Amino acid sequence: MSNEVCFRLNDKDQSWSLKTYVANGGYEVWKKILRDKTAADDIISQIKASALRGRGGAGFPTGLKWSFMPRTAPGQKYIVCNSDEGEPGTCKDRDIMRFNPHQLVEGMAIAGYTLGATVGYNYIRGEFWEPYERMEAAIEDARKAGLLGKNVLGSGVDFDMHNHLGGGAYICGEETALLESIEGKKGQPRFKPPFPASYGLFGRPTTINNTETLASIPEILRHGGKWFLELGKPNNGGTKLFSVSGHVNKPGNYEVAMGMPFAELLQMAGGVRTGHKLKAVIPGGSSTPVLPANIIMDCTMDYDSLAKAGSMLGAGSVIIMDDSTCMVRALARLSHFYYEESCGQCTPCREGTGWLARVVHRVEHGQGRPEDLQLLEDVAKKIEGRTICGLGDAAAMPVASFVKHFRDEFQYHIEHKKCLVGGAH
Amino acid sequence: MLVTIEIDGKKVQARSGAMVIEAADELGIRIPRFCYHKKLSIAANCRMCLVEVEKAAKPLPACATPVTEGMRIFTKSRKALDAQKAVMEFLLINHPLDCPICDQGGECELQDVAMGYGRDVSRFAEKKRVVKDKNLGPLISTDMTRCIHCTRCVRFGEEIAGLRELGATGRGEHMEIGTYIEKAVQHELSGNVIDLCPVGALTNKPFRFSARAWEMRQFPTIAAHDCVGSNLNAHIGKNKVLRMVPRDNELVNETWISDRDRFGFEGVNSDDRLRVPMIKQNGQWKETDWTSALDFVATGLGKIASTSGVSEIGALCSPSSTVEEMYLLQRFIRGLGSGHVDHRLRQTDFSDQDAAPLYPSLGQSIEHLETVDAALVIGADIRRQQPLLAHRLRMAALDGANVMFLGSVGSTYQFPVAANVVVDPRCLTNELAGVAKALLKQASVNPPAGFAESAKAVQVSADHEAIAKALKGARNATVLLGTDAIHHPDLSTLRSLASLIAQLTDAKLGYMTEGANAAGAWLAGMVPHRGPSGSKGAPAGSPISEMLRQALKAYVLLGVEPDKDCGDVRAAMKAMRDANFVVALTAYQSPSLEQVAHVMLPVAPFTETSGTFVNAEGRWQSFAGAVAPQGDARPAWKVLRVLGNVMHIDGFEFMSSEEVRDELRTRVGNAHPDNKTRWHPPRPFVSVPQGFTRVTLVAPHSVDAIVRRSDALQQTTDAPTFAALVSDETARELSVREGQMVAMAQGGNEITMPVRLDARVPRGCVLVYAGQPGAEHLDPSATLTVRGI
Ligand SMILES: Cc1cc2nc3c(=O)[nH]c(=O)nc-3n(C[C@H](O)[C@H](O)[C@H](O)COP(=O)(O)O)c2cc1C
Ligand code: SF4
Ligand code: FES
Repeated sequence: MSNEVCFRLNDKDQSWSLKTYVANGGYEVWKKILRDKTAADDIISQIKASALRGRGGAGFPTGLKWSFMPRTAPGQKYIVCNSDEGEPGTCKDRDIMRFNPHQLVEGMAIAGYTLGATVGYNYIRGEFWEPYERMEAAIEDARKAGLLGKNVLGSGVDFDMHNHLGGGAYICGEETALLESIEGKKGQPRFKPPFPASYGLFGRPTTINNTETLASIPEILRHGGKWFLELGKPNNGGTKLFSVSGHVNKPGNYEVAMGMPFAELLQMAGGVRTGHKLKAVIPGGSSTPVLPANIIMDCTMDYDSLAKAGSMLGAGSVIIMDDSTCMVRALARLSHFYYEESCGQCTPCREGTGWLARVVHRVEHGQGRPEDLQLLEDVAKKIEGRTICGLGDAAAMPVASFVKHFRDEFQYHIEHKKCLVGGAH
Repeated sequence: MLVTIEIDGKKVQARSGAMVIEAADELGIRIPRFCYHKKLSIAANCRMCLVEVEKAAKPLPACATPVTEGMRIFTKSRKALDAQKAVMEFLLINHPLDCPICDQGGECELQDVAMGYGRDVSRFAEKKRVVKDKNLGPLISTDMTRCIHCTRCVRFGEEIAGLRELGATGRGEHMEIGTYIEKAVQHELSGNVIDLCPVGALTNKPFRFSARAWEMRQFPTIAAHDCVGSNLNAHIGKNKVLRMVPRDNELVNETWISDRDRFGFEGVNSDDRLRVPMIKQNGQWKETDWTSALDFVATGLGKIASTSGVSEIGALCSPSSTVEEMYLLQRFIRGLGSGHVDHRLRQTDFSDQDAAPLYPSLGQSIEHLETVDAALVIGADIRRQQPLLAHRLRMAALDGANVMFLGSVGSTYQFPVAANVVVDPRCLTNELAGVAKALLKQASVNPPAGFAESAKAVQVSADHEAIAKALKGARNATVLLGTDAIHHPDLSTLRSLASLIAQLTDAKLGYMTEGANAAGAWLAGMVPHRGPSGSKGAPAGSPISEMLRQALKAYVLLGVEPDKDCGDVRAAMKAMRDANFVVALTAYQSPSLEQVAHVMLPVAPFTETSGTFVNAEGRWQSFAGAVAPQGDARPAWKVLRVLGNVMHIDGFEFMSSEEVRDELRTRVGNAHPDNKTRWHPPRPFVSVPQGFTRVTLVAPHSVDAIVRRSDALQQTTDAPTFAALVSDETARELSVREGQMVAMAQGGNEITMPVRLDARVPRGCVLVYAGQPGAEHLDPSATLTVRGI
């Protein structure tokens, strides 16, 4: 089973047009809700039943998140879609916006209705020009069709939404930095509590969800929560978009059922580069711990299985590395990324990411010292769990896992001042 | 509501909603911190305050974690200490550790905490970050490599000053604190970031490298430059005041001080301090000893008294003299038999002085200003004249109060201003009458006698209506007369109208006076028409204006530079020049005193004497001398006491300044001023004055002899300029451009100055700062002709 939810229109002509979307049942859920004035609680209970978990990386149950929102509190409230998609390895949200933008619009409208928000913002990664244009067109067409705006279809319900193009900072994918950025400020995460549900955009109650999360909503409500749940497996409902990249023959986005064995997904992506063997996989995006081939080959692709294996499903960004990969070099690249992207606000991340990057760089370049591996582990541990936002953890986790699983390679670099794999050097 | 929590095994009650760090501070349990500051918003960015909380998976920042019922907190458990030590290590990897050459050394929060939590040996083998320093102007020096990015300075700008002068640019390790575009910080409270900065990144520029914290001793004192009376600590090294820092007093200055109070004291160390008594003989100044000098004074005054009569002797003093000095000075002059004493050096209208309150008071506590919901500030450049009162009003405005200004200098404010009416000073009474008229109409009350006639031609504008409405609608309003109003040529009318408006709106009427001790001066009897504590002043004397016009034969000056401190400089200098005998008790060898005086007695400035200032709210604040007087200088109260003895006047047996103070204090008892004044018919109002008007303004760093000698303050943008300041509009009407010369003529005198454009100046007016050469010929109450040349 694949392409059931977010990518269900991908093989259709002009899949992004309003015409195609409507021809395939698009906006029916939204219209029905407006007609029936479906109770918000009923919608939320369907979402809960679907076991939809946040696709932005943390996997937080969406139904539960929605229930935190003070829906009936007076005053302005917001729904915000996180399309910043900055995590190295991820490109799924881009394709939702390119190929199925109306499903996101419908998902946001429904979310707005359910959460008592009359305004939505879709925060799009700065480099995503084409998706931005598709989203702009979709919103415009939906407005023209009377599906957005004041008193939508005479229902008395107001909902409108806006796209907001980011400036190209990874940190603006963190939900509170994203809010700051929409407000026109420097993108720096806020300290929580207060959480966005009580103090969000412009200080108003706000719910933030990932693009894939929101784009799944219309289909869940059309077919029922149970249907979605059964696409996947218990506690891991639905299908999931996986961005498979790296040393495979057919890199790309794949929408498959949650719980698919990793081996099958690898097969879909054309298998490991011909002539090479699988060495390691980062299963959920650059911030999730790396797993060596033997472990990942026994995993199924869902939250629970990967967690048990010591990693995370994250945003479903599967980075495949074959036996030509120098793991020290791969880590050096990742660590440099986090060093560059730290916002600099809090001490452990600002100082620690630079320290990690420098030590890994040193090891890679044959200037490592015997005590460096322990130092790396120690510094990573001192960042983890002590920062304002998750970027600190994101920087620390790869380091710990790379050193844990590929210690010999690091040691070789230090002792022999050159690479064990050799391919890269 | 209270909740019960446990910190390190101690059970306490804490306010629900309070942060763990606050509860710990109350218990005296010190949690290390850098970014947290009780007066700033919570940033939780340094992570130094991480503590263990039972049932929490991760250590939590104590500064940002609210207490909840039953919470158990461990600030020194293994987990907490691990987290704290880790943060310390991170903070130090890029910190220069140049403590031996850092000005903050010995009083550095990072250094202190590092002692307790740091490692001995650094594991960071990489090159440390180096950050380019910023030029923030003459007051603050930077060493940005030392910055630990706590953002206290940034939050101060946003939240307290209201002016975002410093910000963080760049990301990650490249984050830097700076002004973005290089410029000097200008806000009148900016110096507070020096205290806020936990490390040596922002330090006191004039003080730089002069001493180590542990080499200095600390003495509490009181700020001497405005009527707030900020509490200070003077830091002393080698019998010299090296710097001033705030001393916390929630009721007065909280934890802040103005830049003037921080840097102004520098003037006490100025090179032109008078160090020995000097007398003028045959036109030559000669050094002498105290005995000879005092004999010279006694003989001189005695001669005038016997030949011309005691009423030929008058005394003037600075409004920043201490209570003790003023009490003894007026007793001395009155003891001689004259009633000519005054401290109101810049005031010009004395016509209603009998109706004035016991002393000009704020009419409320300083703290109370924060809680008003409407304020009308009349004739004040409050940000520069009383910066911390402006700060309190800012807090009120942020809370939604309607803060309104009516005056002749249109300053900008870092808070929402409900009205800012800027008019020709000669129209100020007319504007206030407009507000009164609007109120009388709204309330349909009969106007007091004479109002209707005088105000017949007064047009009620939309501004007047709005101000009236805001005051009337407020439950807690205040009407404040500022320093410029007190110096206004028609103070009596302003006072009368302000009082009427306050009555009609149930508002508190208050004064914001010049100098540190105007309130004390009135209480001490340093006014000609009243003795100490408002008693019938016997014998009665003339106010300064009369004293100067009458050209007395002898003047005694205390802390006065007649060419800089008097409102009417021309009259003051002429009277002094013509006098037979001028005695100056002065800290400085001022050129103008050298010109006009016959004897100069070196007296101690506030840092070198004990004394008392009474602030605008009526708070008596006594202080001791922080250092011994320089050279042969002596506290003025002692000099006056000896003079009293030498001249055999009764009542000069005091052994200490405290005795002087206590005697007055007993006389004052619980007397409180009632600011409400009796209505008296106003003079006619002017709506469209003829020709141009000079606006006069005392620059914030020219208010007294001490600050005028602070080099650092004189280098700031607030230093007065030799220029004719006009608005764009006026410049266009005059067809002059910036830099061009204009000639200003009045009463047969013509003064030329270069034009400077300044948006604060009302149309048809030229602002010339007080004390500029030639400015004494430009009377603000009369018409001026102006032309470009
Ligand atoms: C450093 C950092 C970067 C993040 N970047 C993204 C992102 O690009 N897209 C995203 O959806 N969530 C991102 N997140 C997660 C969001 O903070 C947030 O949890 C998510 O948008 C919630 O949506 P969900 O519940 O639908 O997953 C990031 C988190 C961190 C800490
Ligand atoms: S300059 Fe000082 S106060 Fe400002 S962020 Fe740096 S360390 Fe903090
Ligand atoms: S003091 Fe709590 S994080 Fe800085």
